[in-house]
Amino acid sequence: MDLLIVHLFIFVLAAFVGFEVISKVPPTLHTPLMSGANAISGITIVGALLVASHTGCVITCHLGFIAIIFATINVVGGFMVTDRMLEMFKKKGDE
Amino acid sequence: MNPLVPDFLSDFVPTLIHLSYLLASVLFILGLKRLSSPATARSGNRLAALGMLIGVAVTLFNREIISFQYIIAGILIGAVIGAVLARRVKMTSMPELVSMFNGFGGIASALVASGEYFRIAPAVFATQELTALAVSLLVGTMTFTGSLVAFAKLRGIIGGAPVVYPGYKVVNTLVFVAFLVFTSLFFLDPGNTGLYLVLAGIALLIGLLLVLPIGGADMPVVISLLNSLTGLAASATGFVLHNHLLIVSGTLVGAAGLILTLIMCKAMNRPLFNVLFGSFGGNGVDTGLPGTAGGKTVKEVTPSDLAIMAAYARRVVIVPGYGLAVAQAQHAVREVADMLEARKVDVRYGIHPVAGRMPGHMNVLLAEANVPYPQLFDMDDINKELPKSDLVLVIGANDVVNPDARLNTSSPIYGMPILNVDQAQNVVIFKRSLNTGYAGIDNQLFYADNSYLFFGDAKKSLELLQESLKGL
Repeated sequence: MDLLIVHLFIFVLAAFVGFEVISKVPPTLHTPLMSGANAISGITIVGALLVASHTGCVITCHLGFIAIIFATINVVGGFMVTDRMLEMFKKKGDE
Repeated sequence: MNPLVPDFLSDFVPTLIHLSYLLASVLFILGLKRLSSPATARSGNRLAALGMLIGVAVTLFNREIISFQYIIAGILIGAVIGAVLARRVKMTSMPELVSMFNGFGGIASALVASGEYFRIAPAVFATQELTALAVSLLVGTMTFTGSLVAFAKLRGIIGGAPVVYPGYKVVNTLVFVAFLVFTSLFFLDPGNTGLYLVLAGIALLIGLLLVLPIGGADMPVVISLLNSLTGLAASATGFVLHNHLLIVSGTLVGAAGLILTLIMCKAMNRPLFNVLFGSFGGNGVDTGLPGTAGGKTVKEVTPSDLAIMAAYARRVVIVPGYGLAVAQAQHAVREVADMLEARKVDVRYGIHPVAGRMPGHMNVLLAEANVPYPQLFDMDDINKELPKSDLVLVIGANDVVNPDARLNTSSPIYGMPILNVDQAQNVVIFKRSLNTGYAGIDNQLFYADNSYLFFGDAKKSLELLQESLKGL
């Protein structure tokens, strides 16, 4: 039970931090915010790595392998496309 | 034992991994914080990417990881696909790509939770883990199928119109109730992998049934919501694996998506419930119904008259809608703006939150056309300036500039926040014809004394305007 309480503490505090930080993002950057956030949600790759490499695997490691592929697409694609978009936001005289 | 970790270090490694996860969480938060300004945003995205790299790298030292062939193969395949998609995508197709990534993130989280389940099953689970497992499975899987439907609608693979049939709300409710019933059965018999697979199947169905009845015009809300759900799925998977990094990062994303969802709902003046269960809105394409002009007349403007109005204005505000992107006129509009600026005209862009097909989409399309970001103004800021502006050019936008939203209590869009372009000295509306917008309602703006219409394809019209400006 203790562990669940610790998790819930972290969950609720992270939600407040998220609301606080993200509500300051201007509408101009909402698309990069979404694709960047999307890349961050690829963090599930960390779980996929753990699940993919267990001994005596029957089903688990295959599920983990597919999860690694999907999560990596999300992470690599998400950060790259966000970078591509943000590169285009320039002031006059930049570059 | 993990082949990467020498024996004498194995006691310290778990602590180091957790500290690195903490560092990665901090980098994610700092990265998101730096997204609050276009000047720092790029470095923010890179900080977040660094956090991800750290998170992945230290995980490889986990003592439970004993073989690397699946990891290396999976990462290579995923990285190549991700990089190709990110490089090739057109900026107009960004909503499709984000939808697809939302779906991938969701299914990855559901697969990880499922992998953990099959690893432990049929051994005993604590109720808290079972709950987290069911949430992760439901949210991750429905995000996957829901995002695929959203992708197909945005791509035009399936029509954008709401897919509804008599009694679909009853069916959707029954399916959701079925999920709850089978979840209860599963809690009583957690070792039953057959029940788990039934749950997965129902979750797949829920995603389909939830998004199919939602119209194409509401996709900005749907994408934002699915974005939130993919974060929550990662967070729930963190509860299953007892991994704090997943909980923190997933929750941050969940919060981001939820904020964007609420902003979109507010901008469309519709409660979230109504978007999800109202099946409002057509396919997001001009319906072609003629406006009910009712004897009212519109004034047309010629390119040369418009050139004079614009060239001698002190301030011109450009209001772009998605029609601008459809006509591929972003570059043409920026060239007009450049010519006006050369004549010392103050040019600004006023952008409604739902201009485009996802939050902030129009800003990205204009940035791609080299419009400097200090000229991009959001609704509240430009509304303060509009009464002081000499000329507004409305290009490919309709409902978001309809003064009925402010003035006519019987209008279906009454109460929707709009750009008050009618308060400027003069308004020129670039339009193909007098068709109505998404909402299918007439726009009084067209008949106002200070309004002029410029009929034709947006790109061609802007090119005619450029010609006339050159001739001045």
